Amino acid sequence: MTHVGYLIAGWGITLATLGTYALRVVRRGRNLSTRVPDAHRRWLEDQGPEGA
Amino acid sequence: MATEPTSPDTTPPGAGRDTTGSRGSRLLGVVTLVGLAVLVVLAFVVTDPDVRIHPTSGEEFGQFDAVRMLYVHVPLAVMTYLAYGLCAVASAGVLIRRTPWWDVTAHAAAEVGTVFCGLVLVTGSIWGRPVWNTWWEWGDVRLMSTLILFLMFAGYLALRRTTGDPRASSRRAAVVALIAVLDIPLVNRSVEWWENRTLHQQSTLGDLKIEDLTLFTLMLGFLVLGMVLAWLLLHRFRVGWLERAALEHSVAAAIIERRAETPTSEVHRAVGEAGDAGTAAGDRS
Repeated sequence: MTHVGYLIAGWGITLATLGTYALRVVRRGRNLSTRVPDAHRRWLEDQGPEGA
Repeated sequence: MATEPTSPDTTPPGAGRDTTGSRGSRLLGVVTLVGLAVLVVLAFVVTDPDVRIHPTSGEEFGQFDAVRMLYVHVPLAVMTYLAYGLCAVASAGVLIRRTPWWDVTAHAAAEVGTVFCGLVLVTGSIWGRPVWNTWWEWGDVRLMSTLILFLMFAGYLALRRTTGDPRASSRRAAVVALIAVLDIPLVNRSVEWWENRTLHQQSTLGDLKIEDLTLFTLMLGFLVLGMVLAWLLLHRFRVGWLERAALEHSVAAAIIERRAETPTSEVHRAVGEAGDAGTAAGDRS
């Protein structure tokens, strides 16, 4: 395979950036969720009482 | 008859529910991860490198394995257009409807779109080095128009972080988004309009110059990166919604706390004033 370094860099940076950003968004959401009552989180409606 | 504001619901959220996830978003996340794994296998193992034989000299030429950047770079670019397009629609909603839903949607789409646009610039630069023998070309109209798009939306996000009246800030940002999005047709059509001022080739999809497994993998790239975009937008929207709710909740709690304190402080002030008046009267007598 040719250009391995470029391929690893291009794909690696993309997957790492998207993964890191996704984790950051989820963590921000978790921190904020503890400060807001369930009533403000309408997306919980489709879950069971245990938040499955 | 005016009603007194009631105490905000301070019920602690249930265990395991402190998340922006829902059943639907979790399913989307799992399908997206599986799709990403399949895309990587197809892009690196199953598809062939771009190797062509020169008709007269018989020498090999083409992009060789660097063509595998196609499956991530092009879908990222298309998803950037979609995210910024959504931001523009939501920004129009902010100016017309002026509801939080449009505002949170516009902000989420701009942030996710800027992550994608940054990756378009980085992957394009990395792809350009082995193919064009340069990391960056300042005279390339598509590169420059993409960089301008990225910078305009970075400005949008900076504007959203300014302090002051949040409604005025969101309206100003909406105007910036509606202006910035005009750059998207320029980015997309630049290779046709200024074909002598770009290293990029013209569209290969419109004329179906690529086919079979390469085309299938590219289409899968669009689908999978589209699911990544949808998942990120969903969660980023919910984070924005929670930010607004947390702010409103803390303001409401502070108002109620202040009102509860008011009678006591007024009593203290009244007692103090009465004491001062008595002392002054005593001094005069």
